[in-house]
Amino acid sequence: MSNEAVIQHGAGTHEVHGDHHEGHHHHETFITKYVFSQDHKMIAKQFLITGIIWALIGGAMSVLFRIQLGYPEATLPWLEDIFGHWAKDGRITPEFYYALGTMHGTILVFFVLTAGLTGTFANLLIPFQVGARDMASPFMNMLSYWFFVLSSVIMLSSLFVQTGPASGGWTVYPPLSALGDATQGSKIGMDLWLISMAMFVVSSLLGGVNYISTILNLRTKGMTMTRMPLTVWAILFTALLGLLSFPVLLSGFILLLFDRHLGTSFYLSDIVLAGNILPNEGGSAILYQHLFWFLGHPEVYIIILPTMGLVSEVMSVNARKPVFGYMAMIASMFAIALLAFLVWAHHMFVTGMNPFLGSVFVLLTLLIAVPSAIKVFNWLTTLWRGNLHLTPAMMFCIGFVSMFISGGLTGIWLGNSTLDLHLHDTYFVIGHFHIVMGVSAFMGMFAGIYHWFPKMYGRYMNNTLGYIHFWITMVCAYVIFWPMHYEGFAGMPRRYYDYSNWESFKQFVELNKVISFAAILSFLVQILFVFNFFYSIFKGRKVTTKNPWKSNTLEWTTPINPGHGNWPGEIPEVYRWAYDYGKDGVDHIDQITPIGENESKEGH
Amino acid sequence: MTWASAAADRERQKSDMEVMNAQRKKIHPYKFSLWLALAGIIMMFAGLTSAYIVKRSQPGWESFTLPKIFIYSTVVMVLSSITVQMALRAFKEREMARYRVFFAVTAILGLAFIIMQVLGFYQFQASGKKMIGLGSNPAYSFVLAIAGLHALHILGGFIALVIVFFKTLSTKKRLYDAIPVEIVATYWHFVDILWLYLVVFFSLLH
Repeated sequence: MSNEAVIQHGAGTHEVHGDHHEGHHHHETFITKYVFSQDHKMIAKQFLITGIIWALIGGAMSVLFRIQLGYPEATLPWLEDIFGHWAKDGRITPEFYYALGTMHGTILVFFVLTAGLTGTFANLLIPFQVGARDMASPFMNMLSYWFFVLSSVIMLSSLFVQTGPASGGWTVYPPLSALGDATQGSKIGMDLWLISMAMFVVSSLLGGVNYISTILNLRTKGMTMTRMPLTVWAILFTALLGLLSFPVLLSGFILLLFDRHLGTSFYLSDIVLAGNILPNEGGSAILYQHLFWFLGHPEVYIIILPTMGLVSEVMSVNARKPVFGYMAMIASMFAIALLAFLVWAHHMFVTGMNPFLGSVFVLLTLLIAVPSAIKVFNWLTTLWRGNLHLTPAMMFCIGFVSMFISGGLTGIWLGNSTLDLHLHDTYFVIGHFHIVMGVSAFMGMFAGIYHWFPKMYGRYMNNTLGYIHFWITMVCAYVIFWPMHYEGFAGMPRRYYDYSNWESFKQFVELNKVISFAAILSFLVQILFVFNFFYSIFKGRKVTTKNPWKSNTLEWTTPINPGHGNWPGEIPEVYRWAYDYGKDGVDHIDQITPIGENESKEGH
Repeated sequence: MTWASAAADRERQKSDMEVMNAQRKKIHPYKFSLWLALAGIIMMFAGLTSAYIVKRSQPGWESFTLPKIFIYSTVVMVLSSITVQMALRAFKEREMARYRVFFAVTAILGLAFIIMQVLGFYQFQASGKKMIGLGSNPAYSFVLAIAGLHALHILGGFIALVIVFFKTLSTKKRLYDAIPVEIVATYWHFVDILWLYLVVFFSLLH
């Protein structure tokens, strides 16, 4: 019985032909169960596996451009065998290099760490953890996934058009993106990019509306807002951010499409292209940057907030302690979500912005350090004197905190407009955001996958492979991104094709080889993870108990392989918050246990 | 399906219904979702109109007045908002014939609005204010982009109206549920108010 049906029928629709809705989920075909599924658990798996496929494609792209950056002189005939004229004489061409960088950014930021991450865990955890049979609208939820697939197919097809995919950077700034004649990648590849992203926005809005609506409306009895696990809070803030910022991005894209195809001049003015003066007048390229970064900045919190929630939950379970500062965690996420909308112009300090205006954005940007520091403090104090169960999921949680600290601190540097003048568009920026939102977010996502894999598939992932995955990923991430900060200090700009021709950057030739080696190694170990993932789906050790991690949240009160509707009987009622670990000397008390008579008053 | 599982299913539905009934006092999840979607649409137009304001303060902006037809289309839009409200009231009073008339009139007015907007764009372009192509000015292009996007939202509302209209006509399912009608009506009022805002916006900041 789906929620949707319950709501609709409950609200006053009377079936003339009797109880036809009785058998809904009993007549599932392969198509309704695995393809056009409306079950939140199946949709979560679909998002996850689609995300994994994208991560492999996006990661392989970074391997290719790291080969170019580390070994610019090398000629590798196999590259030409695979990519033809894109890798003439076994060397990646400049056009291909730019396309790879652009698509790597687009794929990882949007398709993996937005759709793959939020799509997976919002769908899996919201109904489970708030105690609902499914999402507010399972149908819209299904649409959300299929718009994501549509978007994916369009983006993927842009890789195979003759002039190649978009290549003007993942931010697709005009005029490169607005003028078809500007570069190879500004032609059909750019159109496909825009259409794909428009579909992506639709997908994430359909999903986001559903997530918020489910969290606020379909909580089970007793599940007050302050009894919800932090995962659900984090997803709530994520969805709100997406709902309020993605439409603005769409506005920016619509104006860009007008400029591309209807000869308007929203973003174009006084341009000379190949010796011809273009007639466009009165436009402003900076306008696009404002519209883009109004989404672009909240987007980094859309990526990191869900992982903060996952880490808080997994860490508390595996430290056998209540998460430290539950209310402070919520308040700091709220502060981050609010500030997310007020800092976009720190990406634009070097666009000729009024220095006074810049200083306002510096202040607001640095303010984000406060809630971030509160969160880090709370994670460390959650670990403090905990009874740590160092499962792979827990290792990734600790890795997440390490990465978030390292990357967060360099953010304070970049947030200062005076320093940013020097560091803007250098490898310092690359190092910073890859650590703080790339690697951190992946660490949090891996923590989530290892932890909830038993709930998704009724089997465990292999622990040994998990530890190998963790340590190599962790070490490689620092080997790749730490040195980039030094390169950035030395002024090495991002996006260049070959640094070996520059006297000032020749000192980094060997360092770039080290980075490339680590990048390739870490990609290989991700393939190991993917192998572990798929192998464990079919051959992993079976879960024999409902609650393998001895966790308090509601998803572990469902059967090992829950059907559509999650709980075979009634939806359980909730009596307490999710973090009663070690209370009164009891290891854990799940949320559905009523408060005992002699219980102390801590917690909720 | 065995009898036992059917019985268990029925039990489960019953208890689910109780939970849902407790929630009925609160806002219906679908209506709530609509309000969320409206927040998204507001952000989209807020983005566009603030881009317009920024652009207007920069050199090269050319001032304009909207053709008269946009005033008439505004009247049509407001009228349609009244008719959709009357349709909703009729539906709640189970006056199905009256409901059908007002609902159909709303849809026709919506369609008329879209046609008038398109005619308006042509008139605007014909009066020498080029919105697209060579010699176009961002000021005029903005009118097309913003009002055009609004018209697309009316089109979406029109499609929703038609779907709900035929669903409520169906004899297979007798629909007593006012929620779909209410959702469409709320959306329709929203796009009406959005258009009023845009008209005032274009008239004051041209």
